[in-house]
Amino acid sequence: MASQLNFKELQELAAEILGIDPDQVQMDKSFQRDLAADSLDLVELIAAIEDKYDVELPDSELENMKVIGDLWKFLEQKTAERLEA
Amino acid sequence: MLENMTSNHNGRRVAVTGMGFITPIGNDLETVWSNMIEGVSGVGLITRFDTALFDTKIAAEVKGFNAEEYMDRKTARHIGRYCQFALAASKQALAHANLDPSQMDPDDVGVIVSSGIGGMEEIEKSHTNLIERGPKRISPFTVPMMIADMAAGIVAIHTKAGGPNYAIVSACASSTHGIGEASEIIKRGDAVAMIAGGSEATITPLTMGAFCQIKATSERNDEPEKACRPFDLGRDGFVMGEGSVMFVLEDMDHAKQRGARILAEIAGYGASADMYHFTAPQPEGKGAMRAMRRALENSGVDPKEVGYVNAHGTSTKLGDVAETKAIKSVFGEHARELAVSSTKSTHGHLLGAAGAIEAAACVLALERGLLPPTINLDDPDPECDLDYVPNKARKADINVAISNSFGFGGHNATVVIKKAPSGANN
Repeated sequence: MASQLNFKELQELAAEILGIDPDQVQMDKSFQRDLAADSLDLVELIAAIEDKYDVELPDSELENMKVIGDLWKFLEQKTAERLEA
Repeated sequence: MLENMTSNHNGRRVAVTGMGFITPIGNDLETVWSNMIEGVSGVGLITRFDTALFDTKIAAEVKGFNAEEYMDRKTARHIGRYCQFALAASKQALAHANLDPSQMDPDDVGVIVSSGIGGMEEIEKSHTNLIERGPKRISPFTVPMMIADMAAGIVAIHTKAGGPNYAIVSACASSTHGIGEASEIIKRGDAVAMIAGGSEATITPLTMGAFCQIKATSERNDEPEKACRPFDLGRDGFVMGEGSVMFVLEDMDHAKQRGARILAEIAGYGASADMYHFTAPQPEGKGAMRAMRRALENSGVDPKEVGYVNAHGTSTKLGDVAETKAIKSVFGEHARELAVSSTKSTHGHLLGAAGAIEAAACVLALERGLLPPTINLDDPDPECDLDYVPNKARKADINVAISNSFGFGGHNATVVIKKAPSGANN
């Protein structure tokens, strides 16, 4: 995982999978309500995020993620943990 | 008895009011017809995967298809290639028919999209992911992408056609059964229109490799455009195609009332089983014969009225000879006056969509008074001695055409298509 997270990269990844424009992927946007992601989309998105950021996103974490910002915070936390290790 | 089985025994007749095409010889009606009539082959070297290890390196691929011309990016990403083709061809057909199911009662318009196999490419990709990266990397879209009924569902979702909705699977006879059964749905009053046809996208490593293993596909890799040669002694197997052709079929009275242009009439269809072998045709064509006879009876058509047969004619020795025998047995002396051609020689074998593109060839032959040729027929097989319209299209004012389709499993289906009733388009 890169030591510096780049939000633009996350925007592009999510946009590719959800079939939307990267600009639509903003911190306050809800996966389901704003980005029209259904459960199948989320499974695909999780797999792509796990691959790209070399993290595991357990279902228990996912249940608490409502907006893009929640996902971003999770990734920041994982990055910090890794830098400390 | 015959009287009771005619096409309008319950008063309803079925009109063809629209057609849509995503095929190896064009992605619109006029291009497809022009290439079919000019005998321009859609066969070439396979570009969709590396064929280095394959005996067959040729197929009739769809070219220049951009799914996003017909659907949003997300839909295009999440549906299989065969579903993309079906949705594109269905939208073309509805536009051609000037019919918008979203403005009708949801029960009025149904959908049957036949497919021999379904989302083969997507099954293969997901399986590769399973083997290489484990079960957690199988795409969540694998199931909806692979199942053979999904194209019908997708077309309904995107066109708002809410009537009877399913797929018919009978290998290479799938879309002839589909068009036939869709017509029956209209005749029995369960829909006033049906979006019906077939779709296939099986130019994939597993499918091609599997057909190579049974020596079913042509290995004329150095002359792709000459590889599909039905009824010719030099044939060496069928040529895989892909694509979708979709029809708008409509209750004749409904079509007339709304002033739709009527392209032709689906008069009836017949189906049978060979009861012989899982891949080889019954050598005397007995199953095919019974399907043709039943189709003519159901249509109330005398065999002598038929002017053109679009043959299944896959360019295999067994199939070509058995079909020729079946045609002779059904039509007797009239078999010598009939024109028979296999348009697979230009567009290849679209498997579950084959019957649809070939029924479309019949519709256009009737409408335009031109018979599409069998190309690459240079050295006729002595056992295939009918008039196969060799190499050049021919003018012919015919009133009735039939299209035959036969599938692995011994499924046979024949659809009878009549010229649009005179005065229908005045």
